[in-house]
Amino acid sequence: MSKEEKKVNRRDFLFTASYTIGAVGLGAVVWPLVHQMNPDKAQQALATTEVDVSQVEPGNSITVLWRGKPVFLKRRTQEEIAEARAVSMSDLPDPQKDEDRVKDGKDEWLVMLGVCTHLGCVPLKDKGDYNGWFCPCHGSHYDVSGRIRKGPAPTNMEVPKYEFVDNNTIKIG
Amino acid sequence: MSDHDYTPKSKAGKWFNDRLPLLTLGAHLTDYPTPKNLNYWWTFGGILTFCLLTQIITGIVLAMHYVAHADLAFASVEHIMRDVNYGWLIRYIHSNGASMFFLAVYIHIFRSLFYGSYKSPREVIWIIGLLIYLLMMAAAFMGYVLPWGQMSFWGATVITNLFSAIPLVGESITTWLWGAYSVDNPTLNRFFSLHYLIPFLILGLVVLHIWALHVPGNNNPVGIDIKKPSKDTVPFHPYITIKDTFALLMFMIVFAGFVFFSPNVLGHSDNYIPANPLVTPAHIVPEWYLLPFYAILRSVPDKLGGVILMFGAIFILFVLPWLDTSKVRSAVFRPIYRQFYWIFVLDVLMLGYMGAMPAEGIYLVLARVGTIYYFAHFIIVMPVVGLLEKTDPIPMSISEPVLTGGADPALARKDNEKI
Repeated sequence: MSKEEKKVNRRDFLFTASYTIGAVGLGAVVWPLVHQMNPDKAQQALATTEVDVSQVEPGNSITVLWRGKPVFLKRRTQEEIAEARAVSMSDLPDPQKDEDRVKDGKDEWLVMLGVCTHLGCVPLKDKGDYNGWFCPCHGSHYDVSGRIRKGPAPTNMEVPKYEFVDNNTIKIG
Repeated sequence: MSDHDYTPKSKAGKWFNDRLPLLTLGAHLTDYPTPKNLNYWWTFGGILTFCLLTQIITGIVLAMHYVAHADLAFASVEHIMRDVNYGWLIRYIHSNGASMFFLAVYIHIFRSLFYGSYKSPREVIWIIGLLIYLLMMAAAFMGYVLPWGQMSFWGATVITNLFSAIPLVGESITTWLWGAYSVDNPTLNRFFSLHYLIPFLILGLVVLHIWALHVPGNNNPVGIDIKKPSKDTVPFHPYITIKDTFALLMFMIVFAGFVFFSPNVLGHSDNYIPANPLVTPAHIVPEWYLLPFYAILRSVPDKLGGVILMFGAIFILFVLPWLDTSKVRSAVFRPIYRQFYWIFVLDVLMLGYMGAMPAEGIYLVLARVGTIYYFAHFIIVMPVVGLLEKTDPIPMSISEPVLTGGADPALARKDNEKI
């Protein structure tokens, strides 16, 4: 190989430019093929659900479907709220105050996704070691605030975005 | 790839073979020199080919009647069972065929582990085989989702949620897999598409698997290199074809036993309840062939850790040829490894049993012990035993043990000699 050939020349520039354009073109073709698998507009359109909660007595809960997932709406008794607030933060694997999981002035309403944060099963109510929920799939225990206490789930059950439209209606999403 | 020159007898055959040497390939496959001491554990390759073709043929037929929609899938499967002519037979062959496929593949894999078939020069055959095994698991999982029963739905939920354990991008990946915010109609639709695709990918890999096999030739129970063709080999046809056919017929008796006498014994009754996103079945377990990995997943009290160990249990098999330090292939001549091999078999069976039991109490403890041993077998036992073990004398050729009724020490190699 002679010395001239080792230098960067026009041909090297053409190679690099061609590969670059080729890579950009390939990416532009691959992205639609990948992105088509993300939730489509019909799925995104199901983003809100309104729930009438006037029939729910304290201590009871209802389950509704939102975006294909169950949402637990639990009207808690004063004892349950007191129990949730008495828990020391150091006992929680994912520390979060009960106050931060409910709306101000609506302490009795706990609204959360009824989806175990481990692998997505629906936990059973009034079960487990902490007077809250228990996931039958892999044994995660949640307390009266839906916080993870024991088992493989890494985080507390998720509180979705929601608001009170009026005293008896909750809009999720 | 031919080991010999081949010329078709007819003029037309010669004309065609000059343009596409398919007849040369056929002659190669017919004459392919095979070790004469192959036992019945070697018949499972042929059995597996039969299983794959059975699944493809019955699957194509089922797709003619099945509807991949969340509102219609369950009913369409019942329609196949009740209305379609012989639909029940075709579906039961397909669903039990999946179990038979895994039964055969596990025997095939454990045969390879015992006789050291994964070792040099057959590492690539082994790795292609593992890729086939991974695709089989993906196909079986997606196929199980299609009837859209309770186990379908919740199995899909649990397995897809495994990906949510990935830090940062986990949630986006699961949503992308679902095409929705939970397992839903888009998920069912794409699983059907992929379930139809994967068998053909497997078929392609099977061709590569056999191609890679035909380069060094078959390993054999003695595990030594042999000259081909020689006194130690027989042509594939008719010697191996007839033996494979006999084994296949025996296998089909077992297969038919399941299909005709207990077609649902390997399934779960919960899957005859239509999918309900609000209620998780009390006992959610995967199909039997995934239970050992499920036990490993559950034995770790940490989400990400469990997922890593479960996938690690499969991926560690890919480096197995390099973890095994022994120069002797066959466990027949490895007195120490042979014992660990059977402990490992028992360990995997125990893990399978623990996977079916609730993850609590003594079951959880045993599952943890089993998980630790599973990894210790590959990371500690295989490298260490391979280095320290004093192996038995190895025969010079296959003919020797077969014809003289045992290894003559005078003819045997020393265990530290190169094989």
